Amino acid sequence: MYYQPEIETMPVDELRALQLTRMRESMRNAYENVPLFRERFDAAGVSPDDLESLEDLARFPFVVKQDMRDAYPFGMFARENKDVARIHASSGTTGQATVVGHTASDLANWGDCFARGIAMVGGSEDSTIQVSYGYGLFTGGLGAHAGGEAMGCTVIPTSSGNTKRQVQMMKDCKTDILACTPSYALLIADTAIEMGYDPATEFPISAVICGAEPASQNMKDEIAEKLGVQYCDVYGLSEIMGPGVAMECKERGGIHVAEDQFYCEIVDPETLEVLPDGEWGELVITTLVRECCPLIRYRTRDVTRIISEPCACGRTHRKIDYLRGRTDDMLIIRGVNVFPSQIEQVITEFPEIATQYQIILSNKGPLDRVELQVETVPEFPIDEVRKIEDLKSRLGAELKSNLQVAVEIKIVEPKTIERSMGKAKRVIDLREAKN
Amino acid sequence: MISQLTVFLANERGRLAAACRTLADAGFNMHSLVLADTADFGVVRIFCDRPDEAASLLVDAGYRAAVTPVIAVRVPNEPGGLARLLEFCDEAGMNVEYGYCYSVGEDGAIDVLKIEGTDAEERLAAAGFAVVRAEEIYAA
Repeated sequence: MYYQPEIETMPVDELRALQLTRMRESMRNAYENVPLFRERFDAAGVSPDDLESLEDLARFPFVVKQDMRDAYPFGMFARENKDVARIHASSGTTGQATVVGHTASDLANWGDCFARGIAMVGGSEDSTIQVSYGYGLFTGGLGAHAGGEAMGCTVIPTSSGNTKRQVQMMKDCKTDILACTPSYALLIADTAIEMGYDPATEFPISAVICGAEPASQNMKDEIAEKLGVQYCDVYGLSEIMGPGVAMECKERGGIHVAEDQFYCEIVDPETLEVLPDGEWGELVITTLVRECCPLIRYRTRDVTRIISEPCACGRTHRKIDYLRGRTDDMLIIRGVNVFPSQIEQVITEFPEIATQYQIILSNKGPLDRVELQVETVPEFPIDEVRKIEDLKSRLGAELKSNLQVAVEIKIVEPKTIERSMGKAKRVIDLREAKN
Repeated sequence: MISQLTVFLANERGRLAAACRTLADAGFNMHSLVLADTADFGVVRIFCDRPDEAASLLVDAGYRAAVTPVIAVRVPNEPGGLARLLEFCDEAGMNVEYGYCYSVGEDGAIDVLKIEGTDAEERLAAAGFAVVRAEEIYAA
């Protein structure tokens, strides 16, 4: 089931032609109306007229979040105030907030993007969608709300909070689709169970659309199981639009990008070279139809890869893989890009290992040395050296095959690894700079 | 079966001393201690009084410690004492995970074995081996 079948299943060559036409328009909009783009393009010696193929995009300069901060509040707007229908802003907890404007057309396009995801989970105008993302400057609530309205669903704008009431609404109003963050979906599920319900069998809910924060596969499975639903991963970021830039169909295996509205590239975060489809790197997005805040080659800092194999769902829009982390977290070990999240993923597959871990990088001699310190769970039989050594070698082999880098495993005593209330210090880099 | 206190330690200077001090300060008397060491960690196996309490104490103090059931057999202080015991295990198809021995006085030794399966102790006793009871070694 599709929301916009003619767009979502458009033959690939038509889609690429559409992207090229729209990319030129978007570049002109950026170049003519946003001083930053004009200055950057001029400095790089390129103009929108140089774009003869999609590959030519690689000649254009990047923009980063700091550019948007510096342009606070309206420096990146390509439209006058009379044409701006709404603004959203990122939280600014990591610095100056960024403000993003939307025209009425931008909002309509956003609703369409999210509505496609509603169709991906089997939703229609007959569906009831409960939006438990926060409403406000954050794009989650109003983005999902727009999607529900575009589809013609009954929208329940519960916003976040008051979890028992969320459960009651979900049950009494017969919610079919829940849209919220993954952690909140899990809290709602657990609260429903605490209240004595089995939402998987007693509630009509059939899908969740979750995004805005990282979630492991285990967590997604747990949500899907507890609520008895199809889990749809939604990707988006407020600088680009909000939730709906990419959404996950029931075939899974990645998240379909709304390619008629966004053009994705993957670049090596170090060299900034464009990487071929299938290789992991930093996601760079160019907006194709955004009127108020067009962005050309915005570096998202999110790490993923493009999956170009056709999807059994029939959509021709390519997928991005589930996010592997942020480029800020990336380690370069013996020339190989490694993300702590990859190591974490392997560790979670070993029930014998506790969740705390620490990576210690050193380079005595010419090669980087990676030591992973882990603790066993209390139940693990520490009495037998053979079992400990066996665990070490299995974990080492699994990491080697996942990371392509040899990792020395050190099983340490409990509490060797520092616990922290906030973000734990997972990586200790003792490497001396090589010149 | 004897409750053996097992402690996992990093192979770092001072760790064994620290674990022993923790037990000593809480008044636990040790009767035997052996250490299986690898490059980066060691497993310490201890007979001491009140092993369950000792394990709890160490866990609370941040150690990875546990109580492991092992079999202790008294053998005569003469050539072949241990060999006869191990040959019996071998012929009976009992897999010995690990073992260690210590002498007790002039006329005997205690051989400690960790054997797979649950009926090893009965089979050893039935074969005439002098299986040692826990209370002969430590106060429970």
